[in-house]
Amino acid sequence: MKLRLRIWRQAGAEDKGKMVPYVIDGISEDASFLEMLDVLNEQLIAEGEDPVAFDHDCREGICGACSLMIDGQAHGPQGATTTCQLHMRQYSDGDTIDIEPWRAGAFPVVKDLVVDRSSFDRIIQAGGYISAPTGTAPDAHAVPVPKPDADAAFSAAACIGCGACVAACPNGSGMLFMAAKVAHLGLMPQGQPERHTRVLGMVAAHDEAGFGGCTNTGECSAACPKEIGLDVIGRLNADFRKAATRAA
Amino acid sequence: MAVSGVLLVLFIIAHMAGNLHVFEGPEEMNAYAHGLRTFGEPLLPHETLLWIMRLGLIAAAVAHIASAIVLTRRAARARPVRYAHRRPARGESRHAAATMRWGGVVIVFFLVWHLLDLTFRTVNPVKDAPDAYGAVVASFTPERWPVTVLYLLAVIALGFHLRHGIWSAVQTIAGPDHKWRKRTQIIALAVAVIVSAGFAIVPLAVTFGLVS
Amino acid sequence: MSTHEYYVDGDPIADTKAPDGPINERWERRRFTGRLVNPSNRRKLRVIVVGTGLAGASAAATLGELGYRVSNYCFQDSPRRAHSIAAQGGINAAKNYRNDGDSVYRLFYDTVKGGDFRSRESNVHRLAEVSTEIIDQCVAQGVPFAREYGGLLDNRSFGGAQVSRTFYARGQTGQQLLLGAYQALERQVAAGTVELHTRHEMLELVVVEGRARGIVVRDLVTGEVTTEIGDAVVLATGGYGNVFFLSTNAKGCNVTASWRAHRQGAYFANPCYTQIHPTCIPQSGEHQSKLTLMSESLRNDGRVWVPKAHGDDRAPADIPEDERDYYLERRYPAFGNLVPRDIASRAAKAVCDEGRGVGPGGLGVYLDFADAIGRLGEDAVKAKYGNLFDMYERITGENPYERPMRIYPAVHYTMGGLWVDYDLQSNIPGLFVTGEANFSDHGANRLGASALMQGLSDGYFVLPNTISDYLADGPFEAVPEGHEAVDAARKAVDDRIAFFLGNDGDRTVDSFHRELGKIMWEYCGMERTDEGLRKAIGLIRDLKDEFYKRVKVTGKAAELNQELEKAGRVADFFELGELMCIDALHRTESCGGHFRAESQTQDGEALRDDEHFSYVAAWEFAESEPVLHKESLEFEYVKPTQRSYK
Ligand SMILES: Cc1cc2nc3c(=O)[nH]c(=O)nc-3n(C[C@H](O)[C@H](O)[C@H](O)COP(=O)(O)OP(=O)(O)OC[C@H]3O[C@@H](n4cnc5c(N)ncnc54)[C@H](O)[C@@H]3O)c2cc1C
Ligand code: HEM
Ligand code: HEM
Ligand code: SF4
Ligand code: F3S
Ligand code: FES
Repeated sequence: MKLRLRIWRQAGAEDKGKMVPYVIDGISEDASFLEMLDVLNEQLIAEGEDPVAFDHDCREGICGACSLMIDGQAHGPQGATTTCQLHMRQYSDGDTIDIEPWRAGAFPVVKDLVVDRSSFDRIIQAGGYISAPTGTAPDAHAVPVPKPDADAAFSAAACIGCGACVAACPNGSGMLFMAAKVAHLGLMPQGQPERHTRVLGMVAAHDEAGFGGCTNTGECSAACPKEIGLDVIGRLNADFRKAATRAA
Repeated sequence: MAVSGVLLVLFIIAHMAGNLHVFEGPEEMNAYAHGLRTFGEPLLPHETLLWIMRLGLIAAAVAHIASAIVLTRRAARARPVRYAHRRPARGESRHAAATMRWGGVVIVFFLVWHLLDLTFRTVNPVKDAPDAYGAVVASFTPERWPVTVLYLLAVIALGFHLRHGIWSAVQTIAGPDHKWRKRTQIIALAVAVIVSAGFAIVPLAVTFGLVS
Repeated sequence: MSTHEYYVDGDPIADTKAPDGPINERWERRRFTGRLVNPSNRRKLRVIVVGTGLAGASAAATLGELGYRVSNYCFQDSPRRAHSIAAQGGINAAKNYRNDGDSVYRLFYDTVKGGDFRSRESNVHRLAEVSTEIIDQCVAQGVPFAREYGGLLDNRSFGGAQVSRTFYARGQTGQQLLLGAYQALERQVAAGTVELHTRHEMLELVVVEGRARGIVVRDLVTGEVTTEIGDAVVLATGGYGNVFFLSTNAKGCNVTASWRAHRQGAYFANPCYTQIHPTCIPQSGEHQSKLTLMSESLRNDGRVWVPKAHGDDRAPADIPEDERDYYLERRYPAFGNLVPRDIASRAAKAVCDEGRGVGPGGLGVYLDFADAIGRLGEDAVKAKYGNLFDMYERITGENPYERPMRIYPAVHYTMGGLWVDYDLQSNIPGLFVTGEANFSDHGANRLGASALMQGLSDGYFVLPNTISDYLADGPFEAVPEGHEAVDAARKAVDDRIAFFLGNDGDRTVDSFHRELGKIMWEYCGMERTDEGLRKAIGLIRDLKDEFYKRVKVTGKAAELNQELEKAGRVADFFELGELMCIDALHRTESCGGHFRAESQTQDGEALRDDEHFSYVAAWEFAESEPVLHKESLEFEYVKPTQRSYK
């Protein structure tokens, strides 16, 4: 099929950047969205132009590297799907597709469609872990975890750190990402001792990084490829309230 | 935000209920307005309750608007470059992004008029303070239909604001699980509809002559 | 020392650190005999860890916690995105929580046998011993493993094992284990013991006076090339399956770090041992950039078949039962669809070679759930495999509830890697190698759910204990600015970058990579022959020449330049590919993942030649011909037997 693309091109962090139109032809509908961009890049290199930079690695929806805003939707039109898992059969011949990077102050553009998401790592550094020095652990069966808690913890832990939630949030908030981790660890008995310091630390790091505040609009969850629900945000809020009252 | 919002919600519900005294006739309504002012007299000075409520209300409103401004500015900084391609929202509160801030502004403008109109009576033909009923009726006479339209507009904005605001506040304060979140959303919608309808009915009733 | 057509013989090598004595006491003895580093001295020692996958992140976090100063590198934008994240199935551990007869010894036994008697007994036993601690450690970190209603951990049997020893977290075990290690790592970053350098690629190893002392890295955002010097270097840079271009590995997986170390003198062991996974989604066209694994567990309920007739292109539903060939059930009545990975893979290739394959290009076989749906009901099948079915549908656009899945084998894991001793130290002192990057524990074939085990075993428990024996001699003398070894390494990197950017070519890097991959798959893939391998070596050499003449790399050095990154990686894949073919050519036996058509039983099964090949082939780099050093393998506990799955 033949497609018109409009892609955000930006040479570097300091560059202003703009949308640039391209036309490409002969795209198979079995190709993935990123494979379509591979084809475009081969074409650009052949023409002596700079290929479009975009992040990707696993191409199977788990590493969280791929991160494209496609026609104004984080990871494109298909629900519960990362950009790399989106396939061209979602489109028809002659379509125009706009491709932009995640837009957030906390995710500055590095080049073209590549952004810097290290602010997520800094949120984790501020408490997104359970302190368990290697070799000190008791037997794995020492602490049973009720299955519903373990399952809920898993569902929250399924977050791939892609940042689509931030990209989709009208406030540019990192709430869903942060809350998914708070919920995962807070649902496990192992996570209880640090539960309060964790949430205070992470929220402070989140705000420090320049993410916006959450006003519960729910765009994040709708864009999340791992379907992380808004209940994790509720959990974070409840934990935060308790922790803040205790600290006060 | 959530705490001030909840206070405002409580006020608005009480206020709506109070307004419905209109349907009981001038005496009842004015008695109610009078009651608010003379509550606790002579133990308490005139208008004590009213002023406590007013102070609470002002504090809540100031806090609410201040945090709204803070959040809005943070959001603007958190997305310095806008998307070229924009799409309608698809989240659970898909009207929120569009309606909360502009709706809030509409409500502010409305309030200015509303206070001048029914509290200070600056723009209201009925200057007699104890005659709340008369003021209301005078405000919404058919000739003053733009006033009615303004009120209706505000009430709609308020409805949207409540639909999101109520569950949002619950989410922020209590953090319900999936089941309770869905319930809260339904309750919020119900309250929003009831409150909007409760407010809207008064000016409509006056304008269409059901109350005079 | 004799000379062969493509290589020369070198001196045999021995693993000098391997303790002897009863196998179950060796690890304890080694830990006791190894020297320790005083806690107050650890602060003075810098360890450079390259890689943040299971092997790298766990090592960096643990070393940081012990008090060493750690520098940790990865090329992704976050340590959490290392390729380990993609592992689906699970992790083995000899916990015997099922009381089904499992034990450390049985895991040891199964792993040695699964590796087709080409691994070291001492290493494998240690791996089995440590496996139980890994689970404890991960649970303490909050890894949300699957649990039963009683709140205890669930297990399943995996990859044909007779005991249920696999721990899992839905289909995302690697993700959850890696997040555990990543969080432990970030905790150390916050504590100031680990310095993290993301989006940095190691491009050269610095060897000073015979010791590995540092690395040369390129900042992938600014393009700046810098050198970091330390007291020891740990490579945890993963596997090299991407030499085949199409594989289940992430796009960024590469051999560069290992290969650069190899060029500096580190031996590369058993490069030809590659594991091909039978259940992957087949290629749909030339645009294909990678292959996606469908979990092995699907074979528990799916039936594999192809049409009996050649070139039968009817829709699967229109092919009557008696015109279908359930070839695995037919050829292996005892194991049926559950035969080991290599057997299932070769059988699929065989039927496709006969022209009975299905789907685009005839490269696929059906994995049919109709029986299972009939027997268990669609809901039960959905509960078990729903997410896999969804993934299949997203990729292929076909609904596997209605139409059988199409699957085909794909390159999945590389058992070969840099040679290391029992301490995980390469033959270059101070260079340690962990995880998939080393060759150590899987022999000629890896059992399912044991790569995750090995990565974490190396990183959390083995390396932190063994590296101290080396570091006890440190801190080593400062390497002055402008030292010739440092300058030489930097210059090599700068020259390579300048070459690629200056080359006046007309072909993209990917086009070369794709072509190299096809050669490797055709001649050094599932089945290898003397003739094919010789041909491949010639083809690779020609293609490599053409690569250096015609490759075109756009952009500049001082910017994010993904073409430049790829060019360097593909250049190393050419050299590796050639060595893989030479290794495969010299090993005239079949064993594990290495199948030589000339060496098979009458039924077409792999035939080992223990008399001549019971050794590790450790290759030394030479500009002309590689030098083969043999490390002979002794089996005191598990006596070699021929596999049979009839
Ligand atoms: C699809 C799939 C499913 C799998 N499922 C299972 C399973 O169920 N059970 C199981 O046991 N095993 C499984 N495996 C195998 C297992 O996942 C891997 O063998 C293992 O995760 C490798 O871990 P690692 O830490 O050695 O390397 P990796 O996780 O590959 O990490 C390599 C690290 O090195 C870094 N790096 C590489 N080169 C450089 C360089 N030049 N400079 C700087 N940094 C560099 C990378 O950034 C990365 O951080 C699976 C593999 C695949 C592909
Ligand atoms: C005076 C004008 C007002 C302005 C400018 C305003 C503005 C805002 C804004 C910007 C938000 C947060 C954004 C969001 O959640 O999307 C908000 C939330 C809210 N508002 Fe208002 N508002 C006003 C009046 C009111 C009134 C009169 C009420 C009560 C009836 C109210 C109740 C709420 C509630 C309950 C919330 C949710 C709090 C939370 O998110 O936790 N607001 N308002
Ligand atoms: C549409 C129907 C409404 C009617 C008929 C109405 C009527 C009144 C009347 C009669 C008063 C004066 C009461 C008194 O002084 O005793 C009043 C005050 C007030 N109203 Fe309304 N109102 C309406 C809607 C609203 C709305 C939607 C809001 C808020 C968003 C609002 C906020 C207020 C406030 C803040 C006061 C001042 C209270 C005080 O003086 O303490 N009203 N209203
Ligand atoms: S919460 Fe969802 S959208 Fe946000 S980073 Fe995690 S996976 Fe991505
Ligand atoms: S979209 Fe944004 S406002 Fe909150 S609910 Fe999600 S973070
Ligand atoms: S490339 Fe890994 S999730 Fe898309």
